[in-house]
Amino acid sequence: MRYLRYLIPLAAFLVLTGFLFKGLWIDPQLVPSPLIDKPAPEFRLTVVTDPTKSVSRDDMLGKVWLLNVWASWCITCREEHPLLVDLSKQGVVPIYGLVYKDTRTDALRTLQQMGDPYQASVFDPQGRTGIDYGVYKVPETFVIDKTGTIRYKQIGPITPEALHDTILPLIRKLNA
Amino acid sequence: MRNSLLVCGLVLLAAAFAASAREATPVGEDPAIEHRMMALAAELRCLVCQNQTLADSQADLAADLRQEIRELMKKGQSDEQIKQYLVARYGDFVLYRPPMKTVTWLLWFGPGLLLVGGLAALYLVILRRRRLTAAEPLSADQEKRALALLSEDGASSGT
Repeated sequence: MRYLRYLIPLAAFLVLTGFLFKGLWIDPQLVPSPLIDKPAPEFRLTVVTDPTKSVSRDDMLGKVWLLNVWASWCITCREEHPLLVDLSKQGVVPIYGLVYKDTRTDALRTLQQMGDPYQASVFDPQGRTGIDYGVYKVPETFVIDKTGTIRYKQIGPITPEALHDTILPLIRKLNA
Repeated sequence: MRNSLLVCGLVLLAAAFAASAREATPVGEDPAIEHRMMALAAELRCLVCQNQTLADSQADLAADLRQEIRELMKKGQSDEQIKQYLVARYGDFVLYRPPMKTVTWLLWFGPGLLLVGGLAALYLVILRRRRLTAAEPLSADQEKRALALLSEDGASSGT
């Protein structure tokens, strides 16, 4: 009973420290998306390289695919780009781009300069589809399964760790 | 030298005009909707600069979302419907007033719980103190000495 008056404050201190310690590794910029395990929002947009063609979400039903939101003005997208080019060469998963709030000429120039890892990049100049997907921090990448359900969202660039530890295993699982 | 200063000044002046002219344009056309939109946007968080509301933020996304809210309002959606629309896309984090859910109970009631706990602790401490002082009555000897001291004091101050 005597110890209690020392133990209670100590316990309270340890609990608080525990929370603060965990907080050191949480990035407040990363807000979990409510769209995980929900159907990917519908879209039908023209392809950047060919304005006469269009792609919709439903065209992708039946395959596991990545939707990578990018823009020519986005510097971290440029950092991420070589990783996407590598990934597309491996041929494990089709990558589609969503060109977010950009112009066709700038997007095309980026693809020419840095390589085109995308099956197609669809064009969202107003960012309306971006809003439907809850995009707030380009680049963002969605893993979408065969039924058109969003299974994972990478906010910010795909890091090699995220690719090997999370995204590729998830794709293997979804394709199995 | 003086000429170049003059040119500098003119350029600055022109830039100031251009800047003010650019700021004035994005005001919405319908003042009623604009008023409603700003009131609603003041309740919503901008995800890019997280400590600002959608109404205050200069971020591109905030401007887009304000435009989106305007358009939804023009389509006759209620404030509640628009909030639902944004929550479905960005999560509860967009709301400055978090909804009451099982996961947010601690957030809502935590401060109250702390207050009640603090009051309870205070009550217990006061009770214990009172018991400690009340638990030690003076012995007959102590009382006699106390009285003697008091009367001595009274006598000395009397003269």
